[in-house]
Amino acid sequence: MLLVKDVQKSFDGFRAVSDAQLKVEKGEVVAVIGPNGAGKTTLFNLVTGQLKPDSGEIIFNDENIAGMPPYEICRKGISRSFQIVNIFPRLTVFENVRVSVISYNKRTFNLFSKAENVAVAETEEIIESLGLSEKVKRISGSLSHGDQKVLEMAIALGNRPELLILDEPTAGMSPEETLATLELMKSLSRERGITILFCEHDMELVFSIANKIMVMQHGRTIIEGHPDVVRSNREVQEAYLGGEA
Amino acid sequence: MIKKFSWKALFIGLAVFVLLLFVPRYLPRFQIYLLALIFVTGLLAVSLNMVLGLGGMYQFHHAVFYGIGAYTVALVITKTSVSPWLGFIAAPIVSALFSFIIGIICVRLSKLYFGMLQISLGSLVWAVVFRWYSFTGGDDGIHGIPVPDLISSTSGAYYFSLAVTALCLVIMFRIVNSPFGRSFQAVRDNPGRSEAIGINVKHLQLTGMVIAGAFAGVSGSLFVVIEGSVFPELMFWTLSLEITIMCLLGGWFTFLGPMLGAAIIVLLRTFVGIYTEYWTMILGIVLMFLILFLPQGVLGFFQEKFETDGIKTIREEK
Repeated sequence: MLLVKDVQKSFDGFRAVSDAQLKVEKGEVVAVIGPNGAGKTTLFNLVTGQLKPDSGEIIFNDENIAGMPPYEICRKGISRSFQIVNIFPRLTVFENVRVSVISYNKRTFNLFSKAENVAVAETEEIIESLGLSEKVKRISGSLSHGDQKVLEMAIALGNRPELLILDEPTAGMSPEETLATLELMKSLSRERGITILFCEHDMELVFSIANKIMVMQHGRTIIEGHPDVVRSNREVQEAYLGGEA
Repeated sequence: MIKKFSWKALFIGLAVFVLLLFVPRYLPRFQIYLLALIFVTGLLAVSLNMVLGLGGMYQFHHAVFYGIGAYTVALVITKTSVSPWLGFIAAPIVSALFSFIIGIICVRLSKLYFGMLQISLGSLVWAVVFRWYSFTGGDDGIHGIPVPDLISSTSGAYYFSLAVTALCLVIMFRIVNSPFGRSFQAVRDNPGRSEAIGINVKHLQLTGMVIAGAFAGVSGSLFVVIEGSVFPELMFWTLSLEITIMCLLGGWFTFLGPMLGAAIIVLLRTFVGIYTEYWTMILGIVLMFLILFLPQGVLGFFQEKFETDGIKTIREEK
């Protein structure tokens, strides 16, 4: 489904991603791990178009999407959430998600129907499945950090993605919220069949959900494979897992 | 701006409209003229707020599209033999066209750079109008424009501007509350995120500019009706600044705030202007108080007082 091949990206001579390889098959839950600054977020930004790669290929459903603008990549079926909360702070929770659904339904340029009556059912369904129902009328900027992270995901789901990319979905969450997010990711994968690509520092979470793990360090892919293989790899243990594994 | 439609608001709106229908019977001519001027200027300010408050774009030279609307009507009436009414249809179209051309160049940039480039392109249009004596009348402008008899009297002009302004406000209100309006707000709040959910931000901003430009054009055409003349000051950048102030003064996160801001400024200019030509000094003092005490603008303040849901958060965020 998604194939990242020899992708490179430098910022002012600094190679943030120098050699990234990644393969995601339909239905998989794939984790990207690595120390801070390894290039995980940059890699995601390259895949979803926030950044343009210097070289390399990013193939999504047999099409090279490298260098396309974000809105086009989104329309091809890739949605994402962001590491740092990235929502529409002055809109209500409901409107945050609705705008995304409107965009998916290609009604962004509809000038004369009433927004109030547009995309209500779809929006409600997403909000309910993420447990935000009680907060629909809240201005999203006033939500707690944990709720905003969940809203992040709700916005991303508004586009009914085939591939959902989550950049540290549980960063800054309480243990309970983390657990809830884990369950949510599981149900998205199992019940909706959404393919998930995410990066995360919480190793427990990573090993409890991922079918495949890719490890990055200094912008390079060290290893990509089944969690057991990754866990037992010496290079990974030295680079990242330390004594933990 | 994300306020829902309410019956109360509709009722008040209708009541005000009916009241405005009858006032010309009881008011002297000058005050009727003043009311019409408030409608026209208010329409202009609301149209600016479509991009400024709704879309968060630094539309620093909105007056250009107003001036272009006014000149279009003036030129159609004085230079062609077609029906003058065609001028009123042409005004928003020509303004929208200029909006599109200036917009397509400007939306590549964002925020302040967008605003600065717009000022320079707009000033270019102004300079052409200012100098092209044989066509636009240059710095003299065009005076004594014979508008159709039906709308040439003071009350005719009043009713025409009232009707057109009301119609435009209804249309703009619908646009604000359409899926487009919501998406535009989303882009205002967070353009990066909007792109990530599949919105072509530049297209959306350009569309917003064209819409706002078209309504500014309508407003400009109404100016010709009530004044019977056009001059280059209509598209000078100081007017743009003035209408920006109207939006801030009235409340740029409200729909009708700019209308109120326009009323305040037109009245200030008229009545304080009688006593001193430095009426802008009073405006400056008013503005200082506004920034200190009513950062949401006048209407924004009252909205916050009476309908607290949500609006407070906006202030906290600031």
